[in-house]
Amino acid sequence: MKIKKFLYSQKVAPYVFVLPFILSFAIFWIYPLCSSIVMSFQNIEPKGTSWVGLDNYAKLLKDTVFHTAILNSAEYMLLTLVLLIPFPMLFAVLMDSRLVKAKGVWKALMYLPALTSVVISGTLFRLMFSEYSTGQMNVITQALGLGTFKWLKMKGTAMGALLLVACWRWTGVNMLYFLSGLKSIDESLYEAAEIDGASGIQKFRYITIPLLKPTTVYVVTISVYAGLSMFLESYMLWAGNNSPNNIGLTIVGYLYKRGIEKNQMGYACAVGVVLLVIALIINMVQLVLNGTFKKEEK
Amino acid sequence: MKRKVLSSILCAAMLGSLLAGCGSSSDVATDSSASADTAGSEEAAETESTEEEIPNSTFGDPNGTHLEMWTFVELHGQHYGNMVEKWNEENPDRTIEITCTTYPYSDMHTKLLTSLNAGTGAPDICDVEVGQFPNVVAGEDLWLYPLNDAAAPYLDTMVTSRMETYMGADGNYYGAPYHVGATVMYYNMAVLEEAGITQDDVDAVVTWDDYAALGERYLEAIGNEDGKYWTSVDTAGTDWLWIAMAQYGEDWTGGFDDPANVQLESVSNMLTMQQEWLESGLAEVSPDGHVDLEAGFQNILDHNIVSFPKALWYMSRFTNYMPEESGNWYIAKCPVFEEGQPCSVGIGGTGTVVTQQSVDVELAAEFLCWAKMSEEGEQLIWDNLGFDVCNTALWDDDEFAHDDSNKYNAYFRNYPYDVLNEIKDEIGKISVVAISPTINEYVCNTTLNEVLEDGMDVAEALQELQDAVDLEQ
Repeated sequence: MKIKKFLYSQKVAPYVFVLPFILSFAIFWIYPLCSSIVMSFQNIEPKGTSWVGLDNYAKLLKDTVFHTAILNSAEYMLLTLVLLIPFPMLFAVLMDSRLVKAKGVWKALMYLPALTSVVISGTLFRLMFSEYSTGQMNVITQALGLGTFKWLKMKGTAMGALLLVACWRWTGVNMLYFLSGLKSIDESLYEAAEIDGASGIQKFRYITIPLLKPTTVYVVTISVYAGLSMFLESYMLWAGNNSPNNIGLTIVGYLYKRGIEKNQMGYACAVGVVLLVIALIINMVQLVLNGTFKKEEK
Repeated sequence: MKRKVLSSILCAAMLGSLLAGCGSSSDVATDSSASADTAGSEEAAETESTEEEIPNSTFGDPNGTHLEMWTFVELHGQHYGNMVEKWNEENPDRTIEITCTTYPYSDMHTKLLTSLNAGTGAPDICDVEVGQFPNVVAGEDLWLYPLNDAAAPYLDTMVTSRMETYMGADGNYYGAPYHVGATVMYYNMAVLEEAGITQDDVDAVVTWDDYAALGERYLEAIGNEDGKYWTSVDTAGTDWLWIAMAQYGEDWTGGFDDPANVQLESVSNMLTMQQEWLESGLAEVSPDGHVDLEAGFQNILDHNIVSFPKALWYMSRFTNYMPEESGNWYIAKCPVFEEGQPCSVGIGGTGTVVTQQSVDVELAAEFLCWAKMSEEGEQLIWDNLGFDVCNTALWDDDEFAHDDSNKYNAYFRNYPYDVLNEIKDEIGKISVVAISPTINEYVCNTTLNEVLEDGMDVAEALQELQDAVDLEQ
């Protein structure tokens, strides 16, 4: 009876219901987070762990490969924001308009890449961008009379390849986010604007964009994090974690290299903490500028 | 009441399915044994397995001691399978059953390091690629079982430098080698003959200058055709630099005692020479970075390059990926910088270790050393894997070295072991120590690309490399 009373109690029930989340959050998130912050001040070796204070962070400051990784990740993140926010938004608006026929087919086609494995698509892209004359991209450039390129050896083309994979994969997903945002905008607003003589562009500028803001903020937030934590795409494109002049190395790639490949967990944790701090700062600035934390006006 | 029972059963089922994920990993390994026989593809020695499924097979006596073995080359696993049958015949009182599991290259090394770190889940015996060896041997006898005693009966006939490659900082042997990996020059004699170059011309090459001169002659003979080169230089592999260091008797790792120093005469000379070759059109940069990749095989098949230095284990790439070239290729000594220098160096390799987590470390070590170092073992290694075995006693054995039914002997114009005997005393060694992965990585990612692709000044690039290496030591 006591158990029954306990379970049926209105005070306890909410805690019981959120318990699974709290537990998994604590075990799989809070604990690893705290433990990696602790580990970032340690030197962890097979024969024992020792405290090294700020040594790992001091080394990060001098580590040029890590700086390359940060720059690569930052550049990739910025470029994905430039490509993966406006274009999916435009596509979503197009999908929502009467200009497009067979919308279901288009949506499915755009979304399909997100369902494929990055491992497989990355391998295919790697073969396409092969520097050998029979690689797909080189076949195309040769047909255009441009000769062959060492795609994955040059900074510009390598970043291009990474962005192509990202756009191919995420355009459809972001478009669906925007589409669902568009659905929640009241039709009558557009009708009212039409009566007032607003043009299509004006409607987009003064109704769609402001009302899509919550969706945009969400998409930007996850894109910032996704851009900074990109790893698998680059890992697959270069068939491993090593690329010429480290043009494909990302922060998470570097973390993986240090922690898993070289078994330097302490140093890898310091890399991870830096990544966390960078992602937090960028997103905080972005959210504050967007006014997400302001109290809603009534 | 009924509802209560039902709901408690459901709860139990949910809990059960949650906990099922925590089951022991050894069960998982045996579950997929069915795929073992079907996945019998001819995997090249030392290339990683790329199959999605994990091929694994169990050999030997089901009543014997059960050993787990991990590898990243399926053929290696089959070698132990063959050897365990022989072992059981010879040692009926100490029989073994061995399960060999093949994982993709990086997965296997990651899994091994993680399980050694965790102190549980590691196999009894495991292949470790030489580039990864320093990470694994860092745990010394805490992680690995020293092979000193088990290897003792074979040491007098083994190439010592190869045993030392897999030594820990404490001076114990932790890995059993498959091969010497002696570096030689491969020449496409069929193409060279068309250009009027004979085997005698190739044999007359002693120095790198002679080698370059012969290359000029070849390119002239074919009318300096576009896209055709004498050789290709690597931006993603250190073989050429290892050859140079061995010839000058230098070692950039500094061994176990000295700090690493990469600003060496040998490295600088080799890189400067390669820059000149690229400029004069004698050489190209290997597509995708080195010749041991799909693009590299295609480049060789297309006769875009007609000579290159590589270790003897590259023979299996010829037989596996370029069977149509059978009878065309000739193996010769590597050229040297100055006459009188030793010409070769042992490159690449896989050391097999026994982990401290093994159910019977002594049995595992004894079996491993017997399987890899005894004459029976070495015979199978040569026949099936095509390696230049470390047991020098066999090199002169006519029956072993000149067996025409061996596919490697049949493929090449000369007997590989004849070349090996010729260079027997000239096979140098570059140490593999804790700093090795760092040097290797920076050279392959940055230095070689700067020097060979971007034409950067060699001294400047080596200074940058030294700075990066100094950060880690």
